[in-house]
Amino acid sequence: MAATQEEIVKGLAEIVNEIAGIPTEDVQVDKSFTDDLDVDSLSMVEVVVAAEERFDVKIPDEDVKNLKTVGDAADYILKHQD
Amino acid sequence: MNSTNRTVVVTGIGATTPLGGDSASTWEALLAGRSGVTPLEQDWAEQLPVRIAAQIAVEPGEIIPRPQARKLDRSAQFALIAAREAWADAGFTGKAGDDASVDPDRLGTVVASGIGGVTTLLGQYDILREQGVRKVSPHTVPMLMPNSPAANVGIELNARAGVHTPVSACASGAEAIGYAVEMIRTGRADVVVAGGTEAAIHPLPIAAFGNMQAMSKNNDDPQGASRPYDVDRDGFVLGEGSGVVVLESAEHAERRGARVYCEALGQGVSGDAHHIAQPEPSGRGIADAIGNLLANNDVKPAEIAHVNAHATSTPTGDVGEVRALRSVFGDDLDHMAVSATKSMTGHLLGGAGGIETVATVLALHHRVAPPTINIKNLDPGVDADIVRDQPRELPHGTITALNNSFGFGGHNLVLAFRRS
Repeated sequence: MAATQEEIVKGLAEIVNEIAGIPTEDVQVDKSFTDDLDVDSLSMVEVVVAAEERFDVKIPDEDVKNLKTVGDAADYILKHQD
Repeated sequence: MNSTNRTVVVTGIGATTPLGGDSASTWEALLAGRSGVTPLEQDWAEQLPVRIAAQIAVEPGEIIPRPQARKLDRSAQFALIAAREAWADAGFTGKAGDDASVDPDRLGTVVASGIGGVTTLLGQYDILREQGVRKVSPHTVPMLMPNSPAANVGIELNARAGVHTPVSACASGAEAIGYAVEMIRTGRADVVVAGGTEAAIHPLPIAAFGNMQAMSKNNDDPQGASRPYDVDRDGFVLGEGSGVVVLESAEHAERRGARVYCEALGQGVSGDAHHIAQPEPSGRGIADAIGNLLANNDVKPAEIAHVNAHATSTPTGDVGEVRALRSVFGDDLDHMAVSATKSMTGHLLGGAGGIETVATVLALHHRVAPPTINIKNLDPGVDADIVRDQPRELPHGTITALNNSFGFGGHNLVLAFRRS
């Protein structure tokens, strides 16, 4: 069953917590991965791979650059999940 | 003597070793003659001919938070821990610039490793084969590159005068410190954080060194396995960890009122040009390095009271080193207390020069030479005054100590330190 927007944001928060050590409650839809969450371009690849696995979705490298905020990523996953 | 010489001093030390999580606990264990060698109880060790190693006393994961640790090879984690201790020990209260007593443009780092991020490289190759391309960490390259420890220390401390990583196998750590001394002497930097690190306890390096017949297979007696100068020595015991010092121009140290451990007099360097892995048996290359040290630095043989020998517990190497010392120093060798601390720490490869410099600096500071343990029967070819079993007091007055490091490839490095 496809995840809801809320479930996706919660899942992303757990992934960001694991990778960057940011508390889950600070990972909100309006937060920028780079500017707010200490996720640099290398760590973003880890976030993407973990999200692909968790939400059973493919996020091609060329789309990753458009995922600036947690909300961007959640919307992308919501739209592309099976 | 070089006319552009500036006097260089040691103002900070740090270490994380098989004997302790910092330099104080390591030093205490060295004086107590404690071995850091333990059995390898990991599943992967079962198939290996060598099942002992000097594993780190305090796991870096207990100190470095996981989000940072997962982006750092184990060797870089060790180096950061040792560098932080050395930096704080030197009296700095924050990174360069935040602590106004050190200008980032005048701070350098030189941290070496013999092998680099080998457990990262091999671990990620396992992931590639078992889990596929997508799961290979994007941090792999910055983790495995041998300059990663130096670069990470440089980033953390805001070092902008230059970040360097000499690679010369088991001489790497000493070469880093020698290079750092030159950076300050020639005016390129005022403060340099320098040392060595290694984290290579993994089945591949152990299998490979084992197949070279370079390692002790004394699995039944881990604590007695590293036995430099003993007639029955059968190879080195692999160790892991890091040792780092803060080097500083005497002028800079004085200006900020820093505590000075000793003077770093400089280095002697040579190449064996003999064999890629075997030491030159007569000790010619080592003698050349010591000769180079004496010719180019203010080192007086009459003042040398202590030698922290390279002595890894291999049959040929230990004797060749002593032969070289005797050939250069003659009767002066008789007043040098020679210690082989690898009998306790194991051999940290590129980390050895780092932790042994820390030991040498502390030996001068406390005026006591650490012991060499595990000599049951001294090899009759060892014609030197070896400090055995118990630490030995060093003389009052001005004394100099040497720290020797030699590496596969025929790299010979001798560092000299002096206190008054």
